[in-house]
Amino acid sequence: MAEASYPDDLKYHAEHDWARIEGDQATFGITWYAQDALGEVVFFDPPEVGTRVSKDQAYAEVESVKAVSDVFSPLSGEIVEVNEALADSPEKINDDPYGEGWMVKVRLTDPSEVDSLLDVKAYRELL
Amino acid sequence: MTDAVGSLSGRLGQAADTPRRTPLYDRHQRAGAKLIPFAGWDMPVQYEGIRAEHVQVRTGAGMFDVSHMGEIETSGPDAERFLQRLLSNDVTKLPEHGAQYSVLCRQDGGVLDDLFTYRRPQGRFLTVTNAANHEKDLAWFREHAEDFDVEVADAHAGWAMIAVQGPHARAALAGLAEGELPARMRTAELSVAGADALVCGTGYTGEDGCELLLAPDAAPAVWDALLGEGVRPAGLGARYTLRLEACFHLYGNDLSEDRNPIEAGLGWCCKLDTGFIGAEALAAAAPEQMLVPFAFTGPGIPRQDNPVIAPHGHGVVTSGSLSPCLETGIGMAYVPAADAAPGTSIEVDVRGKMRPAEVREKPLVGHRRPARPGAQ
Repeated sequence: MAEASYPDDLKYHAEHDWARIEGDQATFGITWYAQDALGEVVFFDPPEVGTRVSKDQAYAEVESVKAVSDVFSPLSGEIVEVNEALADSPEKINDDPYGEGWMVKVRLTDPSEVDSLLDVKAYRELL
Repeated sequence: MTDAVGSLSGRLGQAADTPRRTPLYDRHQRAGAKLIPFAGWDMPVQYEGIRAEHVQVRTGAGMFDVSHMGEIETSGPDAERFLQRLLSNDVTKLPEHGAQYSVLCRQDGGVLDDLFTYRRPQGRFLTVTNAANHEKDLAWFREHAEDFDVEVADAHAGWAMIAVQGPHARAALAGLAEGELPARMRTAELSVAGADALVCGTGYTGEDGCELLLAPDAAPAVWDALLGEGVRPAGLGARYTLRLEACFHLYGNDLSEDRNPIEAGLGWCCKLDTGFIGAEALAAAAPEQMLVPFAFTGPGIPRQDNPVIAPHGHGVVTSGSLSPCLETGIGMAYVPAADAAPGTSIEVDVRGKMRPAEVREKPLVGHRRPARPGAQ
């Protein structure tokens, strides 16, 4: 995706991660800004289903040719699904960071944490 | 998201407060390059993308602004004798209009820098330094010049440098140059796109091509003319992956003052009988480790400082990346000398995950040149 975009139906974490909240579940990924800063993603090392993740902690790694970056969990919970397609096609993280480039789905253990996340306006002000 | 590792970061330690700009800075900005501070300079790390730029150099022609690299000019009656004392290669074998690769060693054999030296007419020599080492090299040259009738000059401000590399590089350059391009490891003083250039048949990518040394003022017009010939800009990111596939050393990663050139696999450019500084120590050296290229046989990407587990002990990765050509993790590592043979199975500890790998032959990608093993 060549143009910067930040959907307004998502919640954002200051480490450039997004969460799409659906009841007590959420989908996580990295933002347009993050994938642009990283460059072409060539490797995504996903966590395993069942792993517990904590808000503000790293849960996965993405690698570009030149660097490896931690991906931070915007919320706490247990991973119920990982995007297996990224193993063969990590470039989806660049091409479609909010769609096919999603990383994990998580069952939230503390939905009240959602209140601490940024809305699109607040996130854009960080950039 | 924060960067845990940056493979280019090994050389960033000496950055000045305000990064310097090369004469091509405006061209990089105009081309939409990502600029990063590198060894005290604002340098383009990529334009359209590291992989695309890498492939462009392997299949067509790309150009790199390497004006951050330094130059030292040595002249005077003792210039050859002086360089013979400092540089590891046999400078007496370097012909006029020739190029020669060597290392600069301390008394104990530790590597201060790796360098190309060009012999120019009238007994003058031009030595190209790594940007991060330029001041250190210059001080070393000057300190040792006292016993010789030589003049050592910092020529950095007088030169911009553009590396034009790839299978189509020479054809693109030939369209702009008046006169014949130099053969590999030779130089020629030619007019290129109307500018006087010292054209060198050298490079750092494993591909054919030339490096142009020219006046800083002339660099932008030559850059534009090369663009007009279809040569595409490539950044430091692609330079890193290209040189790694070709198994060329990067100072600060694969070479350092704590390593000697023998263990780094650069014994071929250390002519111990010339009496250069460090030769005695190297003659007595029995390396316990050797620098080897390797490739992952499964997933993952090695990075600098990853630990290595080899059959006869431990080692360490000094350079690592994804290979855009092989599409697998590749790198260079110091491993026990007993494990240096191609085909040896090793494991690399990538942030806690053990990744299987295999020692490979040089180069990992590209052309084997048996006449000058490892020559850049």
